[in-house]
Amino acid sequence: MPQKISPRKIKIDQQDIPFSEGQSIMEAAEQAGVYIPHLCHKAGYKAHGSCRLCTVKASGRWVSACTEPAEVGLQVENNSSELQSQRRAIVQLLFAEGNHHCPFCEKSGNCQLQAVAYSLDMHDAHFAHQFPHRTLDASHPEVLLDRDRCIQCELCVRASKEHDKKNVFALSGRGPHTQLIVNSESGKLKDSEIEKDDEAIKVCPTGALMNRSKPFSVPIGQRQFDNIPIDQQSTGKSGNNEAQP
Amino acid sequence: MDTNSDSNLLKALEAESWSLISDNALNRFQRSPHHALQMLIYLQAALGYIPPALQRQIARDLQLPITHIQGLVAFYFFLSAEKLGTYRIYISNNITDKMLDAATLTECLCQQLNVSLGCPREDEKVYIEQTSCIGLSDQGPSCLINGLSIPSLNEERIRQIVSLIESDTELSLWPKSLFETSDSIQRKGWLLDNTTSPGESLRQALKIGDEKSLALLEKSALRGRGGAGFPTAKKWRFCKGTPAEKHVVVCNADEGEPGTFKDRVLLRQHCDLILEGMTICARLIGAELGFIYLRAEYLNLLPDLEKTLQKWRDNNLLGQAILGNEGFNFDIEIHLGAGAYICGEESALIESLEGKRGIPRNRPPFPVSEGYLSYPTVVNNVETFAMAARIFGKEGDSFSQLGTEQSKGTKLLSISGDTPKPGIYEFPWGVTIQEIILASGAKNTYFVQVGGPAGELLDQSQFKRTLCYEDVATGGSFMIFNAERNPLEIILNFTQFFAHESCGFCTPCRVGTQLNHQLFEKISTQGAAPSDIEKLEELNLLMDRFSHCGLGKTASHIVKQGLAQFHKKLKPGDDNWSPDFDLDKSLSTARKLRIIDTGAN
Amino acid sequence: MTQKIRLATCSLAGCFGCHMSFLDIDEALISVADIVEFDRSPITDIKHVTNCDIGLIEGGICNSDNIEVLKEFREQCKILVAVGACAITGGVPALRNHFELKECLEEVYLKGKGVVNPQIPSDEELPLLTEKVYPIHEVVKIDYSLPGCPPPADAFMELITAIKQNREPKLEYALRHFD
Repeated sequence: MPQKISPRKIKIDQQDIPFSEGQSIMEAAEQAGVYIPHLCHKAGYKAHGSCRLCTVKASGRWVSACTEPAEVGLQVENNSSELQSQRRAIVQLLFAEGNHHCPFCEKSGNCQLQAVAYSLDMHDAHFAHQFPHRTLDASHPEVLLDRDRCIQCELCVRASKEHDKKNVFALSGRGPHTQLIVNSESGKLKDSEIEKDDEAIKVCPTGALMNRSKPFSVPIGQRQFDNIPIDQQSTGKSGNNEAQP
Repeated sequence: MDTNSDSNLLKALEAESWSLISDNALNRFQRSPHHALQMLIYLQAALGYIPPALQRQIARDLQLPITHIQGLVAFYFFLSAEKLGTYRIYISNNITDKMLDAATLTECLCQQLNVSLGCPREDEKVYIEQTSCIGLSDQGPSCLINGLSIPSLNEERIRQIVSLIESDTELSLWPKSLFETSDSIQRKGWLLDNTTSPGESLRQALKIGDEKSLALLEKSALRGRGGAGFPTAKKWRFCKGTPAEKHVVVCNADEGEPGTFKDRVLLRQHCDLILEGMTICARLIGAELGFIYLRAEYLNLLPDLEKTLQKWRDNNLLGQAILGNEGFNFDIEIHLGAGAYICGEESALIESLEGKRGIPRNRPPFPVSEGYLSYPTVVNNVETFAMAARIFGKEGDSFSQLGTEQSKGTKLLSISGDTPKPGIYEFPWGVTIQEIILASGAKNTYFVQVGGPAGELLDQSQFKRTLCYEDVATGGSFMIFNAERNPLEIILNFTQFFAHESCGFCTPCRVGTQLNHQLFEKISTQGAAPSDIEKLEELNLLMDRFSHCGLGKTASHIVKQGLAQFHKKLKPGDDNWSPDFDLDKSLSTARKLRIIDTGAN
Repeated sequence: MTQKIRLATCSLAGCFGCHMSFLDIDEALISVADIVEFDRSPITDIKHVTNCDIGLIEGGICNSDNIEVLKEFREQCKILVAVGACAITGGVPALRNHFELKECLEEVYLKGKGVVNPQIPSDEELPLLTEKVYPIHEVVKIDYSLPGCPPPADAFMELITAIKQNREPKLEYALRHFD
């Protein structure tokens, strides 16, 4: 007779969440359908922990849910008003740091950065906009890289390396000068191995990397986050610029 | 570096023989991609810059993506893709340098060389830039010229430097006196009084055996001297206890905390103790591979360090079958940094050792279980290794009789700022701030900054506090400020430091350090509106709680403490609210253009 | 509250699109007219705002006149609201922030194709351009922001109704759009 093993659990906002060995708080939460705001995390990719949006208070410590291993008895505070307002500030920092022009961005409505901003009830960037001078790479006929919209989450870096097996992208520079660069002789997308259907483009949570072949294919009002907040959509699902069936 | 190969490389640079240059660099470093950063540092020194075409060649030869090499060049401050100049001068801009009028001297130097800060001179001969503290706060203002440090800058030295540059004198022919630094040890104690001869502690450890050695270290209660204070024996045991093909010992000599310089002095005066500590550690955890990660700013220490390492090998204290013990093989390689404060963080340091950008890793796993190339790795501070070795030496057991309950032994302090006797002071833990100030001969002290910009700002009301892990913990930087100093200027220097040194990995630190500096600059120069204070408090709480590593977390402390203690120094803003930028200044370009256009005035 | 809410509006570096959206409340305009009276706005031809309950600012800051008007609004309005993407982020006009001001002026007035009699306009009547285009929250304190390009008509309704009812405006998910 098999021994009955009681499932290992953590508590997120008073709710019991089972987890298996090696899972992070984020993975356990996603499995249970509990939403923790995030941008640089995506199921199936190695935890990164750079956007810090998924910061939770776990048994008194402030940790990023995507990198912190779940441990029996961990008490996790997630959906508190204090945390939500600090997460909003993190998103505001991202908006203030880059040049995010939603009104004329093709990704608008399908953009996860925008979606977490909506979900966290952000109305403005609060902090002083930095208006950095960043460059655009429109050299490729089918793929666009707009660094104004990049939030340095390295999802494309990871996807290109781990999924597409190409290594097209990397982060370069330091501090506020950190920027996404392209692996090709010229440094341009047109000379790289990128293709429009690469996972690296699909995983971009913002409009920094876009497939140019089907612009504005979904009408306003029917885009992924137009009506249903990201926190109410199945966790781990990404907004992308592909036409929805 | 031998000049012959340098001039050959320069010829190859002129001929754009990229593969020749790349080959030369690769051959010097075992053609290993983990040495990519070391190759670039070598080429930067030899060529003055690393042209994009050369970067591409190196990437091809190492079979790395081009972006990897480009990423390194753009990350490390002392590497450059553009030709900056034959003479590259970096002036230390720590607050202690500024207090010694580094600004005027910098201006003087720029004027005499006819160059603006941060812009290469047209004839590509000279480039002047500022850099974070270079570890000479006891003899500032100071600068680096092509990586070599020059202390005690004054008008006469500036004139001398200018004339040497304008006469195209090769750096190797510059007067040695210019580069001479003093060790300025002001107060010796248990460690600095060391009389153990090289190898003695190691022999002792071998004699009593591994388990008793670890027990001895445990009993000493030695804790890491880098600042965090993790029990050393525990760290070594963890590492030893992680089964792996290899184990690694790393000495963190990336002494970047502004105002600290004790490791510089230890590396010069007690190098044997450091090597010995590393070797004992290697023996106890079973490591064959050892590294010293030496900050770029300490390049002048490299030749002597290499010599000492060779002496150790010659005496069979390093190498194969150390002291005749079959199976005890260990050697140490020196890796240089290239200008990145973040690499003092142990996991960023390991990334850098692996030839990558210095981005702190996620933890767990901790380096003791997965460190350098995923091998279990002990990373300890220079001072920790020296102390560990000393504990095995003569009168080593007196260590734990010093200090406090939870902080045994002594601590080296680097004292600088408003004191007549800057230098190294060794005190037992538990000494009060007041006693330290008194010993340094400082008068009229207003406040001290302990542990660098990331540490604690202590005003007179806190001078009774004690230095120890239980109270004021520190890595050793101790900057003294007297009543004539403007605390706001000092704090602004620190916020600028963090804005410059944030690695850029995580949102709160990458953006927060910039905004923190901008906002603090605004309130300290234009006056502080309550809304600005509120915003600063919000930012600092965010950085403290949400940052990925200690840099972002601690970068928030200085503003928090500064606001708490010096809010009265702030000029109140006109209103409850003030604009984020200077409105009048924002119109100045348009105003100027209009005047030029109308020809009026 | 029997007294009508006194409301002023203006467009700084904007396109009046937000104003158009406000008018889009259609027949609700009639009920709004019952509770609101207009001070400075495109429909009154009042040049200076005085003593208002609400000021609605469309557009960001691109010149000295914008700064002056915005400050006047801040002084005269109890509640100041940033309306639309340009007021909140700088918007389309902020695209010029990718370039130096000097470059912009030279391109338009000196070097641009088809320029006749090249000169940078210097009439003193013309406001000076700011170095960059700024969101208004960087110049004065803002009480509320209505995001969107333009904000939906219902967002205006919610704002006015909430203020009339003395409660905090609450933008439902559908009213929280940046595009």
